[in-house]
Amino acid sequence: MTTATLEQVWVALEGLTDPEIPVVTLRELGILRDVRSGPDGLVEVVITPTYSGCPAMGQIEDDVRATLESAGIAARVITQLSPAWTTDWMSEAAKEKLRAYGIAPPHQTTPDVSVVRFMRRPAADPVACPQCGSTHTVVSSQFGSTACKALYKCLDCQEPFDYFKPY
Amino acid sequence: MSATIDYLLHLADNAVVLGQRDAEWCGHGPILEEDLALANVSLDLIGQARLLYQRAAELKGDGTTEDKLAYFRDSQEFRNYTLLELPHHGALVGYAVADRDYATTIVRNFLYSALMVHVWDALQTSADSTLAGIAAKSLKEATYHLHHSRDWLVRMGDGTDESHTRAQAAVNHLLPYTEEFWTVSPAETAAVEAGVGVDVRTLRAAWDALVNDALAEATLTRPQVRGYVPQGKVGLHSEHLGFLLAEMQSLARAHPDGCW
Repeated sequence: MTTATLEQVWVALEGLTDPEIPVVTLRELGILRDVRSGPDGLVEVVITPTYSGCPAMGQIEDDVRATLESAGIAARVITQLSPAWTTDWMSEAAKEKLRAYGIAPPHQTTPDVSVVRFMRRPAADPVACPQCGSTHTVVSSQFGSTACKALYKCLDCQEPFDYFKPY
Repeated sequence: MSATIDYLLHLADNAVVLGQRDAEWCGHGPILEEDLALANVSLDLIGQARLLYQRAAELKGDGTTEDKLAYFRDSQEFRNYTLLELPHHGALVGYAVADRDYATTIVRNFLYSALMVHVWDALQTSADSTLAGIAAKSLKEATYHLHHSRDWLVRMGDGTDESHTRAQAAVNHLLPYTEEFWTVSPAETAAVEAGVGVDVRTLRAAWDALVNDALAEATLTRPQVRGYVPQGKVGLHSEHLGFLLAEMQSLARAHPDGCW
């Protein structure tokens, strides 16, 4: 194990992708938050969980550790909850990759999430089909194959597809 | 410190008990989409419970772990609301899997998430910064759970005669249990004084508004509630919690300290 510069650590982790959605990197998803120098001089890699119960988090942490180890970098992995992960951190490039992969990318989260005044569900923006681009789509299930996705169906091309839920 | 730990355990026990109950639908959902939905809701709840137990274990600092707190405490040590441990059917119904009633599940999830959106919202400013972080995440999840259960509540209430009757029966059965929300336990009082917890009584008007609005849209009637106040959050539970825990804890107790 050697002491690596922070830049080297970023480079080593750059190619690491999400275990469930292998087209986007942890950095693009906003899961990989920071690489910094710890109080004892050891490099700290900061990750944040997506959903509280996302089963991929353990895998992500293991992947980060394994990548650092194979690059011969000594570092500590820290899980940080705050500020809470949001799909708004996802880069435009990442959203485009999701679309190309067949997952409709998340809309911006609603800025006024004042649940105290939350009554009826606000009218949602239409979700565009990642296959044909039509906005003539319908929710088939508010919950999908992973915690972060809902299931939709396109009424024009008839394809079912995943929608990455705004969170 | 012990006030914070007790409060964290109350929140964690709520999440893990309802998470376990909702997970009972896994493989038995009325339709595939709802099977997925309930499994997802459980995943969020159990995830929240893990974060809360981890924080409680950290503050205890006696080598305990999230698993020890979830799997090696007995029913009288659990601090969850009684509402959350009830089986998925009304009172005086046979205890068979086939008797599970989805309206009961939906109404319970609705009543609980309508409370938790307000609790998590308030706890974002908790003096315990880890709890504040957990609250910010959980708020997003609880809001989604509320959307889901409210949608179904309206669909059932304003649906067929059969679905309306069942939804109304579930509301009549479960609403009295929510009286427990509005009494304050010694643990909650201590947590409020420490700036860690929220005084639930301040959330009652907002909860009432949410519930009344949804019931009206669902064409359901809000029953008069009086008398009985459950005391699950001080450890006095119904007979149902023991059976739930027996199932949930059996694997961990058969293989103590097992890791997989």
